[in-house]
Amino acid sequence: WPAEMIQAILVFNNHGKPRLVRFYQRFPEEIQQQIVRETFHLVLKRDDNICNFLEGGSLIGGADYKLIYRHYATLYFVFCVDSSESELGILDLIQVFVETLDKCFENVCELDLIFHMDKVHYILQEVVMGGMVLETNMNEIVAQIEAQNRLEKSEGGLSAAPARAVSAVKNMNLPEIPRNINIGDLNIKVPNLSQFV
Amino acid sequence: MPEAPRSGQPAPKGPNWEQADWTPPEEEKLIQQELSNLKAAVSAPTTTLKMMKECMVRLIYCEMLGYDASFGYIHAIKLAQQGNLLEKRVGYLAVSLFLHESHELLLLLVNTVVKDLQSTNLVEVCMALTIVSQIFPQEMIPAVLPLIEDKLQHSKEIIRRKAVLALYKFHLIAPNQVQHIHIKFQKALCDRDVGVMAASLHIYHRMIKENSSGYKDLTGSFVTILKQVVGGKLPVDFNYHSVPAPWLQIQLLRILRLLGKDDQRTSELMYDVLDESLRRAELNHNVTYAILFECVHTVYSVYPKSELLEKAAKCIGKFVLSPKINLKYLGLKALTYVIQQDPTLALQHQMTIIECLDHPDPIIKRETLELLYRITNAQNITVIVQKMLEYLHQSKEEYIIVNLVGKIAELAEKYPFVLVLNTVDTYAPDNAWFIQTMNAVFSVGGDVMNPDIPNNFLRLLAEGFDDETEDQQLRLYAVQSYLTLLDVENVFYPQRFLQVMSWVLGEYSYLLDKETPGEVITKLYKLLMNDSISSETKAWLIAAVTKLTPQAHSSNIVERLIQEFTVSLDTCLRQHAFELKHLHENAELMKSLLPVNKSCEDMVVDASLSFLDSHVAEELSQGAAPYKPHHQRQEEKLSQEKVLNFEPYGLSFSSSGFTGRQSPAGISLGSDISGNSAEIGLKETSSLKLEGIQKLWGKEGYLPKKESKTGDETEAPPVSQESIIENVDPTISKKDPSQVLAQSKEEKEKQLLASSLFVGLGSESTVNLLGKADTISHKFRRKSKVKEAISGEKTNAHNMTRSSFSSPTNVTYEEDYYLDNLRDRRDKELEKFALSAELLGSESLAEPPLVEKLSECRRPAPSLFADDMEVFHPPRSTSASLAGESSLASLLEETTEHMHSDLTEVCNTETMSLSSYKIWKDDCLLMVWLVSNKSGSELEGVNLEIAPAENFKITEQPGCCLPIIEAENTKNFQYSVQMEKPFTEGNLSGFINYQMMNTHAVQLEFSVNLSLLDFIRPLKISTEDFGKLWLSFANDVKQNVKMSESQAALPSALKTLQQKLRLHVVDIIGSEGLLACQLLPSIPCLLHFRVHGDVLALWFRSSCSTLPDYLLYQCQKVMEGS
Repeated sequence: WPAEMIQAILVFNNHGKPRLVRFYQRFPEEIQQQIVRETFHLVLKRDDNICNFLEGGSLIGGADYKLIYRHYATLYFVFCVDSSESELGILDLIQVFVETLDKCFENVCELDLIFHMDKVHYILQEVVMGGMVLETNMNEIVAQIEAQNRLEKSEGGLSAAPARAVSAVKNMNLPEIPRNINIGDLNIKVPNLSQFV
Repeated sequence: MPEAPRSGQPAPKGPNWEQADWTPPEEEKLIQQELSNLKAAVSAPTTTLKMMKECMVRLIYCEMLGYDASFGYIHAIKLAQQGNLLEKRVGYLAVSLFLHESHELLLLLVNTVVKDLQSTNLVEVCMALTIVSQIFPQEMIPAVLPLIEDKLQHSKEIIRRKAVLALYKFHLIAPNQVQHIHIKFQKALCDRDVGVMAASLHIYHRMIKENSSGYKDLTGSFVTILKQVVGGKLPVDFNYHSVPAPWLQIQLLRILRLLGKDDQRTSELMYDVLDESLRRAELNHNVTYAILFECVHTVYSVYPKSELLEKAAKCIGKFVLSPKINLKYLGLKALTYVIQQDPTLALQHQMTIIECLDHPDPIIKRETLELLYRITNAQNITVIVQKMLEYLHQSKEEYIIVNLVGKIAELAEKYPFVLVLNTVDTYAPDNAWFIQTMNAVFSVGGDVMNPDIPNNFLRLLAEGFDDETEDQQLRLYAVQSYLTLLDVENVFYPQRFLQVMSWVLGEYSYLLDKETPGEVITKLYKLLMNDSISSETKAWLIAAVTKLTPQAHSSNIVERLIQEFTVSLDTCLRQHAFELKHLHENAELMKSLLPVNKSCEDMVVDASLSFLDSHVAEELSQGAAPYKPHHQRQEEKLSQEKVLNFEPYGLSFSSSGFTGRQSPAGISLGSDISGNSAEIGLKETSSLKLEGIQKLWGKEGYLPKKESKTGDETEAPPVSQESIIENVDPTISKKDPSQVLAQSKEEKEKQLLASSLFVGLGSESTVNLLGKADTISHKFRRKSKVKEAISGEKTNAHNMTRSSFSSPTNVTYEEDYYLDNLRDRRDKELEKFALSAELLGSESLAEPPLVEKLSECRRPAPSLFADDMEVFHPPRSTSASLAGESSLASLLEETTEHMHSDLTEVCNTETMSLSSYKIWKDDCLLMVWLVSNKSGSELEGVNLEIAPAENFKITEQPGCCLPIIEAENTKNFQYSVQMEKPFTEGNLSGFINYQMMNTHAVQLEFSVNLSLLDFIRPLKISTEDFGKLWLSFANDVKQNVKMSESQAALPSALKTLQQKLRLHVVDIIGSEGLLACQLLPSIPCLLHFRVHGDVLALWFRSSCSTLPDYLLYQCQKVMEGS
């Protein structure tokens, strides 16, 4: 039996530029790039009002795998999973991941993924570890990340420079991931995070 | 939409990342520049670890964009080894992104991981556990395993949770290494932290999937957990949109699904909680639907309970009717799962299904087609196939095409003479449909489809169905449609399609009225001259021309073709051309060799190649080396390769290595059955199958045609048109009146489509989803000429058996009489008869289940052979098993229908004795271990485990979970053993542990020998099948064996082989016998043997090379030994 795992988590923007690529199954480097491109083209073709699941491209294993994706403003979040996985469960897992990012970065946008790609990976590692869902409880994930951040602060303002750069850009004209996300017919409200801060 | 910035680099200090409109070449230049900077930076001695950390993040970014950053891999490792906490974290991250499990650099990290696992810093331990579960070299698992096991007791939940997942990862990549910690997984399942428990469910889900019977006892625990979760007993923290721990619920429902499948008792335990889950899922949030979907799936998978099914069906309605497209998709998916159990659901939702058929989302369409595929019957087939073809024409993905083409071909072949709804709303058989559908399959599926599809199609066409005129019309239609297709200019057909065409044209062009064979040849010739056609297809084309040549009047084109291809550069084509040339020169011979419409007649081939005997003898006398079969040559080659040969090369025939073996031509076993052999089977040419060419020449010269057997077939009376339509009617008239009101034209069309799609699905009409027993399908049942004839013969034999065995004395007399006869060989008819009677007798002893299934008439007087059959004795109880006799007796009761070995003790102590025996079941070897408690008090914690063995697949059988054995009592443990790859001897070892009251635990090891013979079973096939199989096997071994005195007669030799080696006697012809057996699961081996005085000439053939050698050895043992 194939392991019921998440095969890959891909995040790319509306132009297909990868912003987060994490494979849990081994693919050669070139194939990984091709999978990202193929997945982008598969997802791009789809209107916003058709369903959020589709069969994996031929590179990743065709009908045995499923792509489950959400589109937020400039970014596509795609999870490639075994076809026996619960589609709706994964769809909400993506939501949890994005909400967590939003909480950790305070109004997350595409640039955060670029300038803090290491941090995005650390957050992802707390949600999905080695292809298996580790934690779905957002508070718990945030708590783990905050514990790690404290560690970082004690090391002394290492990331101060990039943070400044990001906020400078943010204040310019970048689209943020909207509060109100409308994917297909699912209408899920992301809680306004400012009230928690 | 505003242009999002595409930054080329993550660096804050990078030059001009604010430029928003970079073009790709500029980006590439920038990244390359950055990479070369980084390359210099990482290898500079002045770079501190802190800078290295920064570099690593940039490298990760470059690598993600697809640029090669391999120069940094080693530095990532270094960073993980030497850095402080933050640097180490980046190092580990980079390693997990850059490397893969078998990357050699990863070995450098093992020590660091071990060190970090032992660290007192929680963050370091977490990092190490994370990297272990992402990538870790399999061979290094032992180095960290004990450390991770320890972490299962760690005080921090997060550590325990990660440790569980790391162990799960190990279970996936190296299951053998974590087998001993299964008990610890149980502890994780009972962990006070919900997260740890949830993590352990990953492992249980996997293990239950592999072997659900081993974990049935945990059902109660899973049900309790789910009850608590559903009942909201978890802290509010675990709520997601006020649904308690939805992912946990999903996982638990899947586990229950696996446990309850086909198991009523286990299913009953979960009905309550499933009911509650269905009831509670009222909230209108996405994630409740996720739970609901899993729950419905589980309800339909476990042992059915009507009340729950009803509720679940309602839930499916919620999905299907939902306006949300995601939910609709899942509704279709659920319908696909359940449709076979409850076809009426499809009727309920027919309108939705119709809508989904035209949905713009391809995945919805695919799922709908999948659903329709499962409800196909003879009445809706054309509409469904039509829909599938439409989708097929739009598809571009290869795997979708392969999948769909396979399904369409399967459906088309199931209903070749489908009734097509014609314009006046009556059904009429239409043979064009089948051909047209298959044409579409071939032209779209082309060269990507499964090669079985064209092969099956040709076989179907050639063998035909029950009605000869229908068959001919079908063939004629095929021929006509292909000729039309070939007339179209500038169209390229896939090679496979052309091959099919050429075969059909070659075989059935004679059915044409207008076109002459000459004209067909002209068309084929045109194709042959086409450069875009592969030489494989050209071989098919030449074969077709060859078949048509004797029917054609003028032969100009044929001669041109011969001229053209006898000088072809392709040797294969040249060969065919020469064959055609020589045949063409002798018209009479050609006509008799290539008769019209005889593709299904059996070929008679002189397998022993006896016509070469004189040639072989001559060559041998001149010093040529005797023939060695292929596998033997290879073995010798392998053994020779290992050593250098310092000897001068001698004459080849003096080489060692085949004592006692003879060339196939050495002894000629020229009977008409054993004569079917090699030629075709040995070299299976993938290029050309000239099946249609009948071989009419054997060693005795011209072989007359076999008589057609079709005469004694009983044909099912054709079903009248009216009755079919009557069957159809109820569902058509079953429309909901409300739907009929106020229909727009479009809706009417949909209704029409619905009625044609869902016809035959109603409860009133016979529901048959796979169409196996449709009202009309039996009319077109395939011919089974051979089998009927044989079964007729068999019943005859049975009757005779009964009469000749009417009383024991009579039988002995008759047997003796016949044996005398055998020696005299005067009355062949009688002799053959007596033998088969005897064999049937002993066969039915050896195969009691068969006897029971058949009628009483097969049961002969059992006393007759009882003395010879020590194998079938019930195991005599050894001293140790005395206590266990009662349970043993009951077990034997269950298993008496199978043969079994004697009980042997494998180990014992003062208090306990362990014995085992083998039951040779039809499909596996069942090992039974009996643990008997010899003491006066209870044995506790009795657990028997079998170590996994390389060549076996071992599955524990249910029914032995109680770990306590009362005083003087016996328990049994059963394991079914399957062989994974052939071997001759193997060892199964394991250990048993138990505990006496108030003493410490005892562990005993034991082992049992298994031989290949334990996996040999009789293979019941007919003589014809034997002949076919014989031809297809390449590995053969021949040897003469001298029989001991007592064996020196055919019947006793047969009996020995049948009983000791479990061979099945297929047929006896004179002094020759055919036997067949199979190595489980399904590797057949055939034996042909012949008696010459006290010498037995054995000839084995099999698809597996080890089997003949091994069986020969065993035969030798039993024939010479006893």
